[in-house]
Amino acid sequence: MKPAAFTYHRARDVDGATRLLAELGDEAKLIAGGQSLVAMMNFRLARPRHLIDIGGIDGLDHLRTDAGGALRVGALATHHAVHTAPPDRLGPGHAVIRDAMRWIGHLPIRTRGTVGGSLAHADATAEWCLLATLLDAELTARGPGGRRRIAARDFFHGYYTTALEPHEMLTEITFPRPAPHAALTEFAERQGDFATVSAAVSLDLADDGALRGGRVALGGVDALPVRVPEAEEALGSGAPPGPETFARCAEAAAAAIDPPDDANGSAHYRRTLTRTLVTRACEEAMAR
Amino acid sequence: MSDTTHHPHHQQLIGLHVNGEQYEILTEPRRTLADALRHDLGITGTHVGCEHGICGACTVLLDDAPVRSCLMFAAQAEGARVRTVESLSDGRELSDLQQAFSAHHALQCGFCTPGFLMLAEGFLAERPDATKEEIREVVAANLCRCTGYQTIVEAIDDCAAARRRVAPTALAPAQDD
Repeated sequence: MKPAAFTYHRARDVDGATRLLAELGDEAKLIAGGQSLVAMMNFRLARPRHLIDIGGIDGLDHLRTDAGGALRVGALATHHAVHTAPPDRLGPGHAVIRDAMRWIGHLPIRTRGTVGGSLAHADATAEWCLLATLLDAELTARGPGGRRRIAARDFFHGYYTTALEPHEMLTEITFPRPAPHAALTEFAERQGDFATVSAAVSLDLADDGALRGGRVALGGVDALPVRVPEAEEALGSGAPPGPETFARCAEAAAAAIDPPDDANGSAHYRRTLTRTLVTRACEEAMAR
Repeated sequence: MSDTTHHPHHQQLIGLHVNGEQYEILTEPRRTLADALRHDLGITGTHVGCEHGICGACTVLLDDAPVRSCLMFAAQAEGARVRTVESLSDGRELSDLQQAFSAHHALQCGFCTPGFLMLAEGFLAERPDATKEEIREVVAANLCRCTGYQTIVEAIDDCAAARRRVAPTALAPAQDD
């Protein structure tokens, strides 16, 4: 058998899961869809002594847009459920989230992998981490001590590390405001692979089409997904939304980052990808 | 209901519903669904390639959705319906999808074929009106090292078109996105 031996626990509810986490300590891992964890266990890169299966907990796979326009996603909602959500639950204001799902692995990964699992795993190139950073998501965690909300900007600490305490689990992710003019795009060597670089842009367009500002977030260029204020300045200068502004924005993004230099791509290559992908994301956001 | 615990190295009793039959197996918690199917149940049509979610040879349907059976533990499949490649045919005649694969030469060595078949079976059930472009994107999930993708795409597309001709209304898409 590929994975190291472990004790299997099945949690019936969130309290049961967090209680088990508190009892078992550092040797325990939560498993939801398992699409990152089981691969790591099969390689024995991860050898948890205890696995707490939260996949059967009811009521954590919801997906709805509330009256104020916020999108609430249960931690156990799968990527595929988000991808195929009916429009009354996930409307045009959050289309960027639906459309980003196609970049996550492949269909058989998306049918199992969960939103909360992806965020808690915190891969620097993960689409959910980039979306959370771009759209100021709020992450709700529950622990033995109760519930707390964590802003996305405080949630990611670095490679695979987050603000979650060892005894906490994510229960819900909230995207507080609609972002109708937003897009996420990326480049990977093969369809479905981890992105070498990913870029997401949200434009703030007035009713008359004037550009009032925007946000730019990048994945794969640092240990965690990052906003790029230098690139956002180019979108907030009162310039008309169009090729020149988008090129300035992309240029500023490429200049601002200090990307890693590794087997997946040199720093120069990642900078070049950033320039291309930010331009593309601006154009796609504008076209919505 | 209380939480349940199963200890390592201890045999754990797991109920699995596979191809319409209910089974009970005694196995360790670390048994993947793929290994449980092959070693405990002897249902060996599901192939195991990379065992870390890259190749898709082990694709089965879990409650009708295609999943990698190497990326889940058998215990996680309790309470779900599992379908493997053995469920496609009645044992006498190949299914329409299998016949399309044969007709289009969509297999050479055949190792990856069970995974592609179950991927296509699950995908077409959800998106009977899939375009060829969508089929191309979906089959990127699985690896074929004889590199026969073109014929695989054609086989799936042909099967989908034939199913639409037979039952155009019954197969109306569940949603439009």
